[in-house]
Amino acid sequence: MLGEGILKGLAETARNFAGSFVSAERLTTVEYPEQRIAPIEATRDFPFLVYDGTDPEAGLRCVACQICEKECPPKCIYIVKSTDKKPDYVGKLQIYPARFDIDISVCMSCQICVEVCPFEAIKMDTAFELATTDRFGGLLYDKKELSKSNEHYHAIHPTEAAEVDARLAEEKAKVEAKAKAAAAAAAAKAAAPAAATPVAKPAVPAVAAAALAVKPAEGETKP
Amino acid sequence: MIDKLDQVFVLLTHWVVGFLPAFLQPIAVVAIAVAAILVTFPALFAICVLLERKGLGRMQNRLGPNRVGPFGIFQPVADGIKSLTKEDLVPLSADAAVHFLAPVFLVVVVFMGYAVLPVGRNMTLVNMDAGLLFYFAMGASTELSVFMAGWSSRNKYSLLGAMRAVAQMISYEVPLLMSSVAVVMITGSLSLNRIVEAQNQYTWGLPHWYIFTPWGFAGFVMFATAATAETNRSPFDLPEGESELVAGYFTEYSGFKFAEFFLGEYVGMLSISGLGATLFLGGWSAPLAVLGWVPSWIWFFSKVMLSMCVFIWLRGTLPRLRQDQLMNFAWKFVLPFTMLNLFVAAAWRFMGDGWLRWVVCSVVLTIAYVVMGRVGMRRKHFGPRSYRYAE
Repeated sequence: MLGEGILKGLAETARNFAGSFVSAERLTTVEYPEQRIAPIEATRDFPFLVYDGTDPEAGLRCVACQICEKECPPKCIYIVKSTDKKPDYVGKLQIYPARFDIDISVCMSCQICVEVCPFEAIKMDTAFELATTDRFGGLLYDKKELSKSNEHYHAIHPTEAAEVDARLAEEKAKVEAKAKAAAAAAAAKAAAPAAATPVAKPAVPAVAAAALAVKPAEGETKP
Repeated sequence: MIDKLDQVFVLLTHWVVGFLPAFLQPIAVVAIAVAAILVTFPALFAICVLLERKGLGRMQNRLGPNRVGPFGIFQPVADGIKSLTKEDLVPLSADAAVHFLAPVFLVVVVFMGYAVLPVGRNMTLVNMDAGLLFYFAMGASTELSVFMAGWSSRNKYSLLGAMRAVAQMISYEVPLLMSSVAVVMITGSLSLNRIVEAQNQYTWGLPHWYIFTPWGFAGFVMFATAATAETNRSPFDLPEGESELVAGYFTEYSGFKFAEFFLGEYVGMLSISGLGATLFLGGWSAPLAVLGWVPSWIWFFSKVMLSMCVFIWLRGTLPRLRQDQLMNFAWKFVLPFTMLNLFVAAAWRFMGDGWLRWVVCSVVLTIAYVVMGRVGMRRKHFGPRSYRYAE
């Protein structure tokens, strides 16, 4: 009959109206500033720079390779390379960013900078209450504002950070093993001539040794 | 004491007027009554807006506004301040004079309707013999204001909204009148006071409200439908359908003029609710004889607010109609049904007392409702649409 659907609809809305006073699970509204829900782990908004240890200057992973600056689609990253070098996490000397600015009013949170970074140095943050009264300077974050510790990274994205740490540790171990092997080899080599010379000396004629000594320019000849 | 409470506003007016010289007294009485109307109904408008926002929220399992003041009760104040302090923009190409006049005209005309509404016992501003006629004349004038707004804005959305509004309001004006004519036929008077007096009688403690008769019930349902359309309320809110027309005929209005349209719409709803209550729900009369001691104006305002709640409930429930559905419904269902209702009311009038007229009238109306609902409102199966463009 005509109007049946209207009555059904009215009953439905009446049920919702009354139900919202009775059952709490109907009201899904989170009254935001007072009530908060923890962000899910995959939350992301703007990038930050990760540093190891306690000193943001010394521990910064970024080596100013500028890949993120080049890949950034809206071009919101600005990097100035340093002129000097400092050791990175494996102890290798690297240049570092003298300036690293991100304009978050331009950033579109695409995460491409994070994906292209070979050094695990830039990651996505979850902080979202970034309102400021200065819309130009206030939204242009410099290196100091962008640097956040690895602990912070662990706090906001635990799974991802653990993976990153494992990868870095593996790399470091590999580098250390290599260095150790190289050191061992060097030590062995250093030990080898010392051990070998007394045996070899009588076998090699003095003329041959002199000939070797006069042509080091060939380079391939090992001492 | 109880009589005093019932007549408290009347006595208050006479007391105030008593201080004035005799030649000023008639004017002062009217001025005070007008001032009371101009204060009461905008205040009710504020309450309605709050009710609507809270109620709709609850129907959608939201909380609604709850920030301004305790439970958000000062939200209308905040809205008012906001609309007062906003910039008042007039489009360069708009017809400035008409653009300015449209909202003013709407508010004036809407308030004029209250002149004849009996708000309580002895509480009618103008006790006009042809009160109902006056009310409908004023009600029909809102169409002019709507069209003024739409035309003068020089905006295609405004104009489309205004065209829709005029088409819709004229279509529903007819059934609105037709359903009220039945009341006039039974009462034998166009005076709203007489109509209320006729309903203010009790048999076994139950009132003689027209809604409790078959023709009155049918008339009330049709009246409510037409009134909803007449005030551009959901589900008949095509003239201001946000998803199609931005805001319809008041797209180009901002600031206080926008607020005036908003006010006009709600005050119009309150006024037509008041008319519906007067015609079918006994106006200011109590729903039971034993409740006769409660002041009459309380009954009137509770009936008005109850109808506002129904308006809000409908808005929270029904989706917007399409233009052709709207027109079909008006001309193929509501209008024939109200016409039939006239004959049923006439039969009721001439069949005399007794149970027979109850049976006959109810059966005729029920059969007509079912048959017309089946035939007239049969679901149409539309084929693929074809478009013809103007060359």
